[in-house]
Amino acid sequence: MNTQFAIFVFLALATLIGAASVALSRNIFWSAMGLLSCLVGVGGLYVMLSADFVAITQLLVYIGGVLVLILFAIMLTSQIQEISVSNRSVGLVGGYLIFFVVSTLLSFVALWAPWRLTSKEPVANTTVALGDGLLGTWLLPFEIASVLLVATLVGAIVIARKEVKSDS
Amino acid sequence: MPHLTLSHFLVVSALLFGFGVLAVVTRRNAVAVLMGIELILNAANLNLVAFGRYVAGGISGQVFGLFVIVLAAAEAAVGLAIILAIYQMVRNIDTSQATTLKE
Amino acid sequence: MRITLGLDSTSLSRRYPRLAILATLFMAFGLPLGLYVAALAVFPLNTPERLDAMAEQWLGYDLAGSPYRYIVYTAFLLLVAFIAVNYTAVFGGVSTWVERRVAGRMQSRIGPNRPGAAGFLSWVADAVKMILKEDTIPAEADHLLFRAAPYFSMVGLLLPFVVLPFGEATVVTDMNVGVFYVAAASAFVVVGILVSGWASNSKWALFGGIRGAAQVMSYEIPAGIAMMVPVLMAGTLSMQGIVRAQGGWPWQWFVFQNPAAFVAFFIAVTASLAEGNRTPFDLPEAESELVAGYHAEYSGFRLAIFLMVEWANMWIMAGLAVTLFLGGWQVPGYGAEDYARLLGTGLLPAPGWFGLQLLSMLMFVVKTWALVFVFIWLRWTLPRVRVDQMMSLCWKYLVPGAFLCFVVTLVWQLLVPPAGVAFTGYALTALALFVLAKFAVATRRNISKVAGHRVDLGNW
Repeated sequence: MNTQFAIFVFLALATLIGAASVALSRNIFWSAMGLLSCLVGVGGLYVMLSADFVAITQLLVYIGGVLVLILFAIMLTSQIQEISVSNRSVGLVGGYLIFFVVSTLLSFVALWAPWRLTSKEPVANTTVALGDGLLGTWLLPFEIASVLLVATLVGAIVIARKEVKSDS
Repeated sequence: MPHLTLSHFLVVSALLFGFGVLAVVTRRNAVAVLMGIELILNAANLNLVAFGRYVAGGISGQVFGLFVIVLAAAEAAVGLAIILAIYQMVRNIDTSQATTLKE
Repeated sequence: MRITLGLDSTSLSRRYPRLAILATLFMAFGLPLGLYVAALAVFPLNTPERLDAMAEQWLGYDLAGSPYRYIVYTAFLLLVAFIAVNYTAVFGGVSTWVERRVAGRMQSRIGPNRPGAAGFLSWVADAVKMILKEDTIPAEADHLLFRAAPYFSMVGLLLPFVVLPFGEATVVTDMNVGVFYVAAASAFVVVGILVSGWASNSKWALFGGIRGAAQVMSYEIPAGIAMMVPVLMAGTLSMQGIVRAQGGWPWQWFVFQNPAAFVAFFIAVTASLAEGNRTPFDLPEAESELVAGYHAEYSGFRLAIFLMVEWANMWIMAGLAVTLFLGGWQVPGYGAEDYARLLGTGLLPAPGWFGLQLLSMLMFVVKTWALVFVFIWLRWTLPRVRVDQMMSLCWKYLVPGAFLCFVVTLVWQLLVPPAGVAFTGYALTALALFVLAKFAVATRRNISKVAGHRVDLGNW
């Protein structure tokens, strides 16, 4: 089990260092690179939880879709260097305070709560199980998600297109 | 080195959530705020899959994870569309500058 | 005064013509064949169980219970990766020479013909030149990202090799999410293009990067949906499973098994050409508009990596199309039971099994090279499309077409009996052969119109 733990530590470090640079880096492009490292790390953690299909979906949707969209938006809006990081309403000190309170509280719960662990073995071929589940038990959420995606597509196009202004 | 358990994943997820909140609360750049939201969603997702593996068993946690990924992609698309629309209007994506409801 | 280095390949090959021919033969056949044989020898052994059994039997060492077992497994994985990376580099190099020679033929000129026999060694010379050149970094560039960007692209190129099956047993690992994984891996190439475009701090590179990202993201959609057609027909996402669901003869290939798959094959190839930034879709590096696009500021070894990725990507594109639609490594007349019979029960497979494996690799390699030739012809035949044409081709034609193929395949799988599928296979194969024959006759006529009835192959 030692090797497994070493891999876990490596992936967790990649995730958390990436996340830290998303929150703290002054250069937004470097934040995006941190997000890349974080997303790959979380994908690796999914593999360690024997959720291979979710891991590949994470790579495909987050890195191929969300991250590229974010890089795209960064390039189009050309505000790469951010001089003042802090938000006026909260401030850097308040932000750190919230960070420490939230993560300490959650870690405390994670470590001390009496979780009722299952002894079930993980599903070996998740693709087949997920396919059956999505078209069986979870059919309604699946259909609602597809309706939501269509609504998103239309909404994003409507918001982002340039309005043709009439002279009135 | 210790055996890998549920708590390890939960702690990573808690820290990830904390960094996400930090980014959302302190950043002024709207794109960076959006990245913070992605971190928060990833933390929640990691929790769901970890609970599915260690507590619930089966694939229900992974199904939840897939739905969250789909919703996150939709959220990112709409969010970035809004950011681009704001940029076209005020030539700035500082969240404190977008204060008007219409032109 | 002319300065000649001792290693000047031109003067060397003039002085010792035999040496040049020997070197060429070694590089052209020895190197790839050696890599194929190495892959055949190493890839099937790359499972923990087989390694455990081998250590047990030959060395009398209990690997499964040893604390160093993961080091041994990792060492084997590194060996596998070494073979794959070298194959990529050699293919990328050889294909540049092939492309330049074919381009020369198509434009009635000779092409590179100095170093080695038929100019074959020019790709080695190019690589050496690239590596020896100064590696410049623009002063205003983001140094670290500028250096890192080529490696993102290279990771995106190398990841699909993990699941690309070269033969019945010659695959690094057969994931049960194989096709999905290949689609996800291309994301890293986009990130590489975007990062290099931004980090160069140059307008041309930035525009190239933005164009590249828009193009690759758009064309991922028709490519992904078209790739789902063989997945539907085979009922699995695993690459080996998809190949096993097909047969060796052309009418057993998925491309000829239903009309929708026939259309989906062309959609998938077109979309993957665009994803790989090949002409006619090489807008991100359009010389006439953007100097050289996202790699305008790169030089030396980093430029060599970008170019290698671009050319070696042809192998991924062609190999993927062959695996999904054209029967992959299936040898006509041999089924799964033949492989099982020849494998035997011993620790190492019988020699006959290795022969059959080599034959199946040969099938895959020949088909893939044939498709690579088609890509090269397309590049030197078609002009570059405009940006708006590129976008409208994707969103107005390929995406609806791919959706239609998807739905038709669903209905086809439900309604058409096996006899109908077999008949479609024969009919579409006959149609394809007819088109090929017409093409050959027309080509022959065009050549004889220009050069009389003599095809000149003398000036190699």
